[in-house]
Order: sequence, then C-alpha cells, then structure tokens
Amino acid sequence: MTTSTEQSLGAEATAPEMGMAPIRREHRTVASYLLMPVFLALVCLGLYLYVQSKELDTIEQRALNASRLGTAGWEHVQLTIVSTIFVILIAIPLGVFLTRPFTRRFRGVLLTVANIGQALPTIGVLALFAVAFVFIGFKAAIVGLVAYTVLPVLRNTMVGLQQVDENVLEAGRGMGISKMGVLTRIELPLAVPIILAGVRTALVINVGTAALATYINAGGLGDIIVAGLSTNRLTVQITGAVLTAVLALLVDYLAGIAEDVLRPKGL
Amino acid sequence: MTNFGTVDGTAGRIMIRLENLRKEYPKEPKPAVDDLTLEIPEGEIVILVGPSGCGKTTTMKMINRIIEPTSGRIVVDDKDVTHEDPDQLRRRIGYVIQQIGLFPHQTIAENIATVPKLLGWDAKRIDARIDELLETVSMSPATYRNRYPKQLSGGQRQRVGVARALSGDPAVMLMDEPFGAIDPITRDRLQNEFLRLQAEVRKTIVFVTHDIDEAIKMGDRIAILEEGSRIAQYDTPEQILTAPASDFVADFIGAGASLKRLNLSRVRDIQLTEWPTVARNADGAAVLDALRASDKGCALVLDEQRRPCRWVSAADVQRGDGRAIDEIGLPPDAVVEPQATLNDALNELITANYSVAIVVDAAGVYQGIVDIDHINEAIRGMRTAARAKARAGLVEDRDEDLLTKGTTT
Ligand SMILES: Nc1ncnc2c1ncn2[C@@H]1O[C@H](COP(=O)(O)OP(=O)(O)O)[C@@H](O)[C@H]1O
Ligand SMILES: [Mg+2]
Repeated sequence: MTTSTEQSLGAEATAPEMGMAPIRREHRTVASYLLMPVFLALVCLGLYLYVQSKELDTIEQRALNASRLGTAGWEHVQLTIVSTIFVILIAIPLGVFLTRPFTRRFRGVLLTVANIGQALPTIGVLALFAVAFVFIGFKAAIVGLVAYTVLPVLRNTMVGLQQVDENVLEAGRGMGISKMGVLTRIELPLAVPIILAGVRTALVINVGTAALATYINAGGLGDIIVAGLSTNRLTVQITGAVLTAVLALLVDYLAGIAEDVLRPKGL
Repeated sequence: MTNFGTVDGTAGRIMIRLENLRKEYPKEPKPAVDDLTLEIPEGEIVILVGPSGCGKTTTMKMINRIIEPTSGRIVVDDKDVTHEDPDQLRRRIGYVIQQIGLFPHQTIAENIATVPKLLGWDAKRIDARIDELLETVSMSPATYRNRYPKQLSGGQRQRVGVARALSGDPAVMLMDEPFGAIDPITRDRLQNEFLRLQAEVRKTIVFVTHDIDEAIKMGDRIAILEEGSRIAQYDTPEQILTAPASDFVADFIGAGASLKRLNLSRVRDIQLTEWPTVARNADGAAVLDALRASDKGCALVLDEQRRPCRWVSAADVQRGDGRAIDEIGLPPDAVVEPQATLNDALNELITANYSVAIVVDAAGVYQGIVDIDHINEAIRGMRTAARAKARAGLVEDRDEDLLTKGTTT
C-alpha cells in the first residue's frame, strides 16, 4: 500500500507541473507516544522511593498518606477539568461571535484585551483572591480559574478563525453554502488546531493556578504544599510540588494527543 | 453618459442581462460600477478586461451577488435575480477565483461534491459526477479523488477549481482571473484545455482578466472596460483588433495588433506544409533522396508510429559516417498540437533549429509543418477579411441611419 503510493508519487514528480508539495504529517511513532507516560511513572516511582527512604514523623505521616494524597489529587483534577469545560463553553462561542463581520471595527482592541491575560500568570492569583472577597470554596475557585483562562482560549479562537484564508471562505459562499454552513463546515474545522492549542494552554495554566485554590478553601494539591510549608516539612512540600508538576505534564500530554487526533486531515 | 454593451441579433439568446447596474462603495467618491448595462449571450465566453481597479471584479461579483448592487437589475436566464435568495442563486452559477480557494481540510472528491450535496443529489450520482469531472479536467480519479489540495501542484488545483465550479452543471460560470497566478507555460496549457472543454459544455461564461492577450485568446466577445466599469468597446476579438473604438481601446490593445490577431486562429484551421519525411529504419541515402525531391534543407525522421524523432540534413548524413539516421542531426523541437494558436506556433518556431513548428495530433503522430510563410499569410488574410467586415458594418449602419431618419421625418 505505502510503496505503491510512493511509486505513483515519484512517477508523477517527473513532470514539473505535477510536482507535489511535501506532505507534512505528524509521524509520531508509538514509542514517542509512550515516552512521556513512562517518564512520569518513573518520576512518581522516584518520589515514592524518596519518601519511603525517609523516617516520617507523625505530621509527615498525616500529610502523606494515600487517601489524603488521592483526595487532594482528585480535587485538583476536578478543579482543572470543570474550569476548562466552562472556559470552552464561554470562550469559543464568544470568539465566534466576536469575529463576525460586524465587529470588524473594534476587533483589534478586543484582541489586545484578550492578550493581556497571556503574559501575566499573577493575574490568576489576583482573580482567585478577588473572587474570595465574595465567596470561597470549590465554586469560587472555578470562577477564578475560568475568569483567568477564558482569555487565552478566546484569543486563540479569534486568531484561529481570523487566519482562515479569505479566499476559501469566499469560494464557499460563492458556491451557495449558507453563512452557518461556512462557519461550521469550513471556518471552525480550519481553526481547530489553533483553538485546541489555546485549550491546551488553558488546561496547563489551570493545573498550576489550581494549586493556589487551597487559599480559598477549594482543596487540591495546594493543600499538601501549604501543609508542608506551614509545618516546615520539606518532604511534604516536595511531594505536593512534584505531584502538581506531574499532573501538569500529564494534562499537557493528553491534550497533545487530543490535538493530533482532532486536527483535520489535509492541513 | 451611456454605458451600454448590447449585442446584435446574430448572437444567441441573452443569458445574463445587467440593467443599469451600479455599485457605490461607502466613502468612495466615484462609483466602482457606473450604471452598466450589459448583455451576455448564451454559450459564449464574454471577457471583462480593463486596467486594474476599473471595476471588473465588482461587476462580476454582482452577478452572483457576492457584492450587492447599489441599484439596477440582474437578469439571469430570463429571471430577475436581483432579490433572489443569494445561496440558491449561487448554487446555479459556477464560480472560480484566482486563488481557487479549495477547502484544505477536504479531499478533492469532497471539494467537488460541495454543490451537488447542497443540491441534494444522492450519493451514487455525486460519486459518478466526481469521477466524470476529474476525467474531464484530465486528472485520474483513482489517483486524485482522495488527495488533499496541498498534495497537488498549482495547475492541478486550478483544474480541480474548475471541476468544482462545474459540479452542479450550472448554465453560467463566473471566472475571476482564473489563470492569473499560474506560470506562463502551465497557463497556456490550461487555457487550451479550458477552450476544448468549453467547446463540449457550452456554458455561458463571464471571464475577468487584465491581460488583453488572454482576452483575445479566450473570448468569443470582449468588453473593454474603463474606470467605473464603463464600456469602451463590446465586440468580438476580431473587431476589437481591427477597429478599436477609441484611443483608450487602441492603447489598451497596445502595439502589435496584427501579432495579437494570431491568437485568433489555430493551427488546425490552416493548410499545413508538406515536408520531406523518412522512416527511422531507412538509411542516409533515403534522406538524401528525400531532400533532393524537395526544396527543403532537412528531412524529418519519423518512428514506427509516425511520431517525429529527429531532424536530419544532408550535412548531417555526410558527417554521420553511416550511423543510424535517428542518431545524427538534431532532436525535433517546436512541437505543437492542432488546437494551438498561430501565436503559440510562432513562439515555438522562432526559437526552433529550422524555424518551423512540427504539428502532431494528441497521440504525437506527425501531421505537417507550420512555417513563417504561413504566419505571414494568415496575418494578411485576417487583415483583409476584418477590413472588409468593418466596411460592411459601416454601410449597414448608414442604411439604418437613413431608415430611422426616414421614419421620424
Ligand atoms: N470593498 C471595497 N471597498 C471600497 N472600495 C472598493 C472595494 N472593492 C473594490 N473597491 C474599489 O472599486 C474599484 C473597482 O475595484 P475592482 O472591481 O476590484 O477592480 P478590478 O477587478 O477591475 O481590478 C477600485 O477603485 C477599488 O478600489
Ligand atoms: Mg479584480
């Protein structure tokens, strides 16, 4: 199968007009897909052996038992996923709305605003504490996380839709595809890679920022880190920090796979 | 000022009629299209040609209402479509733009299926249509159906663009500089292919270009436009070349109107010259015999399928020392097909070794020779014919004038 395709391509390439643009497709091997999970497993194993090698006092034992770590990790995952779902539900429709023709005049300003959040992670902290003035807990943390990461996804949605070739859209309209049809069948699929890159960024930021959710009583792996800090136990601090980092890398890895799978063929 | 482009009774039924069509863009002092009235006969290629910014694209895009007119009427196929649902209208009008705009995330087959799907055809009919169209534009369906646009060359993409525009079998096609972004050699080939295709499908085509040579080659009728889409002349290519209506038209045609006229006739329309030929398995003596029997300086060696394979002169035979005749002499350059224009043939023969162009059919079989005398004759003949026609027009006009005067007084 592969050889016959290659042969036919090679045969045609002799005519200059037949010259094909090179096909750039992600040729990720199975081995490269396994690399990250194996690495993360090794980090976890290393952490486990490190903690095992220590004589734990009662404070450390209370902080580092399996059920406590499991709960904190699960809370962290929930914070990340729930906030990202809200971000997607808000930012993508908003991005579509803001790139329709009637917004052309003030789109530049909108993009600048959307860009602000990008460079300043501390805004995430501010957002969390701002919400904390009103209420605390899981929901408050979600509001804070969403408020912050909506911006990168919004920005990528707008950029993704705007970078679609005008001529492709005109060809679509010119053949009598409705406006809605052009949006759903041409614009959005062609914007998918950039939108997904935004979602991936949002996920990773959310994992990081959710570590601060502990300060407004929303749990997460931040609980472990803060417990370590307040009791001055380095082992506990390290465990919390390493687990947060592992989670961030894992989420990034999974989002990367999603990007590969969902990217339209032919791009 | 009048801005009319109407056709006389000899043309076919009017397929598209633009009536007092006007387009003003906000904040632009002058209208881009200034009360244009234009009739486009069925089955013809009508070229809108003019300098950049004169309003060609705007005019064309008002026909499928990609651009909405400020005022005026658009009639397509005897139906006023000025206020019709644009999506419905566009599904009946093929549309090709310079940048092609293939959907990069869809296969060639999916791209071509766009309009048939919108028209609600069943899957079997769509499939058959895709294969038929790919064949029509000389692309093997088996090879190309499932490719993506980025896996094609520029010329192939353009072919797919044309196939996609034809997919719903529209009566009308709009083409905005369709070959503008393609290298000259491929462009020539695509133009010839397209003319061959049009001879079969007989669509009504509005074709925009800024290139007068392309206009002359492709057009059954040409509208030369000035700023504001004002018609400077609306006529057949012959008439425009022979009798430019104004200095603007003459300037736009530029120098060498006679040479441009060579784009109007094709190699198949002229009597080809006989030339001495010898079979590949013959020997040097046969070449010398053939040359002696004619007044030419070289003979054309043909292979078993009568395809040209070598030019051999008497000197080549002498120098060849008895080597096979298809190993001496020069390779056959300047090969053209019968549908090539005389201009194509001229371009080929001026750089050829023996200053002649070899004519072969689609299978490469030798048909005859075009030389510079042909070209000269053709120019002279066309000049005479066109001049006679222009005179006849003058006389008719005068008669009509008398007639109208007669009735009014
Ligand atoms: N969207 C637009 N807004 C304002 N002016 C335009 C627009 N499109 C075209 N024009 C103007 O209208 C005139 C005709 O443009 P166009 O039809 O594109 O010309 P052509 O195709 O002959 O080069 C030009 O002067 C151009 O600047
Ligand atoms: Mg134009």
